Amino acid sequence: MKRPISAVLLFIVSLLIASCINDQDIEFKRAYTAGAIVYQTHCQNCHGSNGEGLSALMPPLTDSVYLKQNKTQLACILKYGLKGNLIIVHGKPYQNQMPAAELAPIEIAQVLTYVKNSFGNKLGVVKVDEVNKDLSGCK
Amino acid sequence: MKNLFYAVICVLSISACSNNASQKVLPILGNREADTKTVNGKTITDTVYQTIPKFKFINQYGDSVSNKTLDGNIYVADFFFTTCPSICPVMHRNMLNVYKEFKNAGNFKIVSYTIDPKHDSVAVLKKYADNLGITGKNWLFLQGQKEETYKLAKSYMVEAREGNVHDGYFILIDKQKRIRGSYLGTDPAEVAKMIADIKTLQADPEQNIVQ
Ligand code: HEC
Repeated sequence: MKRPISAVLLFIVSLLIASCINDQDIEFKRAYTAGAIVYQTHCQNCHGSNGEGLSALMPPLTDSVYLKQNKTQLACILKYGLKGNLIIVHGKPYQNQMPAAELAPIEIAQVLTYVKNSFGNKLGVVKVDEVNKDLSGCK
Repeated sequence: MKNLFYAVICVLSISACSNNASQKVLPILGNREADTKTVNGKTITDTVYQTIPKFKFINQYGDSVSNKTLDGNIYVADFFFTTCPSICPVMHRNMLNVYKEFKNAGNFKIVSYTIDPKHDSVAVLKKYADNLGITGKNWLFLQGQKEETYKLAKSYMVEAREGNVHDGYFILIDKQKRIRGSYLGTDPAEVAKMIADIKTLQADPEQNIVQ
């Protein structure tokens, strides 16, 4: 009598965990697919369809270390652009202008989720709350 | 018997293919006029094709470049500006393939006219070319008077006007300065077709008589 109950409990618990993982999975997939579209319309022309950049004009988006180190700055970069700041990506210097993108915080979260999980990057989902928090601290 | 059949098919298809290649000639685009004159009492009608008119600009090295500088070259022209946030990076990503493909071919050039000469000084163009990875004089970045640039764009059948508005077309010009092709520079497939067309044009006997 005892055993079947614990088996049922175990089953229910594992179902819950599975559905939880699934929810996260769906959240990620939604953000990622929406982000892919934002990327194609707002970023791909400069950064390339594989995030490869363009010679020494446009930096690639394949430098996971850069993306990690500048984690809280990324939303600001998208929202306000970069105006000739010297930046080092993959050990190479870039000093060019990136225009500000007209994007809502949700779109910024989506496109960052896409970039951070494409082109060889695996840095997880970016939530709107994080984006809003980062945006409030832009210099 | 069966083998013979396959052999015949094989030979036929190969010859069909090579025939095509040797006969292929690019069309001549643009306006044309009939020029009728009387020579030795006979009336002769010549077709006069639209050609690229005279111009005089400055390249990224500060050298003056005119229509004469390009004599004897097949070349591709486009109109851009270095701070263009939309189509130019795509155009020049694709043009880079063209540059690499013909880097060591003689008598071939790429000519990019800036439509924002106020900002795109010689120094700015040089920096842009350097950052794009361009060395030597196969790819020229040209700066001239704004009005002259707009007018010249028209003769290349490209739209360029006030407010840094311009088309993303690549225009293929032959050694007689006639327009032989127009390709959407933002589309990698069209640019691949242009590369093939340049090779066809280079192989055209007509291009090798005139120098
Ligand atoms: C007009 C071209 C252009 C567009 C469009 C553009 N960028 Fe950039 N981006 C740049 C340039 C140029 C830099 C480097 C700026 C510098 O040198 O200071 C840069 C830098 C970056 C960086 C930091 C450096 C790196 O390579 O990791 C990120 C991240 C980035 N861009 C993401 C994006 C995203 C996401 C979009 C679309 C929302 C976008 N960019 C749209 C040109 C562009």
